[in-house]
Amino acid sequence: MTKTVMEGSLATAKAAALCEPDMVVAYPITPQTHIVENLGKLIAQGKLKSKHIEVDSEFSALSACVGGSAAGSRVFTATASQGLALMNEVLFAASGMRLPIVMVVANRALSAPINIWNDWQDSISARDSGWIQLYCETVQEIVDTIIQAYKIAEDTQVLLPVMVCMDGFFLTHVVEVLDMPEDVSKYLKKYNPQHAILDPEKPCTQGPFAFPKPYAELKKDLSDAIDASADTIKKCHDDYAKIFNRTYGNGLIEEYKTKGKKTIIITMGSLSGNVKEVVDKRDDAGLLRIKSYRPFPKKDILNALKGKETVIILEKNISLGTSCGALFDEIRSIHCNVKDTPKILDYIVGIGGMDCRTDDIETIINESIDKKDGHIEWLMEK
Amino acid sequence: MILMTKKHIPGGIITDVGSTTINKTGTWRTFKPIVDKDKCIGCGICERFCPDGCIEIIGKKCIIDYDYCKGCLICMNECPVKAISKEIEKK
Repeated sequence: MTKTVMEGSLATAKAAALCEPDMVVAYPITPQTHIVENLGKLIAQGKLKSKHIEVDSEFSALSACVGGSAAGSRVFTATASQGLALMNEVLFAASGMRLPIVMVVANRALSAPINIWNDWQDSISARDSGWIQLYCETVQEIVDTIIQAYKIAEDTQVLLPVMVCMDGFFLTHVVEVLDMPEDVSKYLKKYNPQHAILDPEKPCTQGPFAFPKPYAELKKDLSDAIDASADTIKKCHDDYAKIFNRTYGNGLIEEYKTKGKKTIIITMGSLSGNVKEVVDKRDDAGLLRIKSYRPFPKKDILNALKGKETVIILEKNISLGTSCGALFDEIRSIHCNVKDTPKILDYIVGIGGMDCRTDDIETIINESIDKKDGHIEWLMEK
Repeated sequence: MILMTKKHIPGGIITDVGSTTINKTGTWRTFKPIVDKDKCIGCGICERFCPDGCIEIIGKKCIIDYDYCKGCLICMNECPVKAISKEIEKK
């Protein structure tokens, strides 16, 4: 495979095109615009045989995806920030109806004040919507994850929508050297819908009314399905590695130079690159990157943190009203009833596109020795 | 309406058609439309206007399906010969 130099958004569009979706429906929003633009171009040039639907908003975009997927199509969409917020109502319909939609979220801060730069507040706010959320570190990983996402979503044991999260600008607008697969047909077969399909011979009702008992049972089914999807995510990752020879940890988490280290930094997305740079220079710290935020890989994280002294969480979101980030809350809660819990520190970084440089990370590690368990701090420019 | 309570198809999809008929919505009614068959000319306007499809013209007369009629009284308002009147539903 030859290396190519490509902008993140173009690579994302090309990866989506490789999966040959029947429908592409998206409404442009910064920093996702280039993804939709490139997909539109591929369709206009006849290189991608997908139905391109122009819509009036993100609400309509995801609604059209729900309709298309309910009829048995493979669909693709992408959004960011306010767009994801506008989709909120439909997010729950898509997961409740168990539709294998794949959506790229170009992570961007939410208003107000209005801001176009990167943080994770948009997708973290949608964490309870029943969508699988996979956060990527590099453009190469996004390409590979989109292809895997269809395989995960369409698995009959899963049947859930997947959000592939990429840091806005850091990944959407970066130009990276990467391997672009030419053909994915060996890995990803044509979508063969078994449950949701539009067929006049076999009429069905989708998304109907349910009284409390069946409603609660279906929500329990959904919760069980997203928990169980962790195994499928791992399997799809391993199968992909066999063909394309690229791995990202175990598909759920990635441990980077953690062996024998007392301090572990936990983060997600492109910030992991900066952390790796720092970790390479030190012998006291390692990185645990969480790729799958939903399902939350509790056991994998607990195993990775066993025997560690200090855990530093760097996260680009704030769970307003709890004074900490969402990751911190969840990492701490899985340590409930665990012996020898490490000291856990939380750093809110990169909000609204704030920089989190390697020297900032160095300082955080150096100062961690004096910090008490449960320390929460915002990284602000000095 | 999903009635099954044990094994669901993912997403709660219903594959047997017409399950809505099990839920008899006539009990929601406050007003009951009454047809005066002597006045009714069987024009079918009420049949076309009924939002629930509860009216059928049989033998040139208006027949209301009280199992599902919710008592909206659109038929009464639309009737050109005032053959339909209302009364309070006695429970």
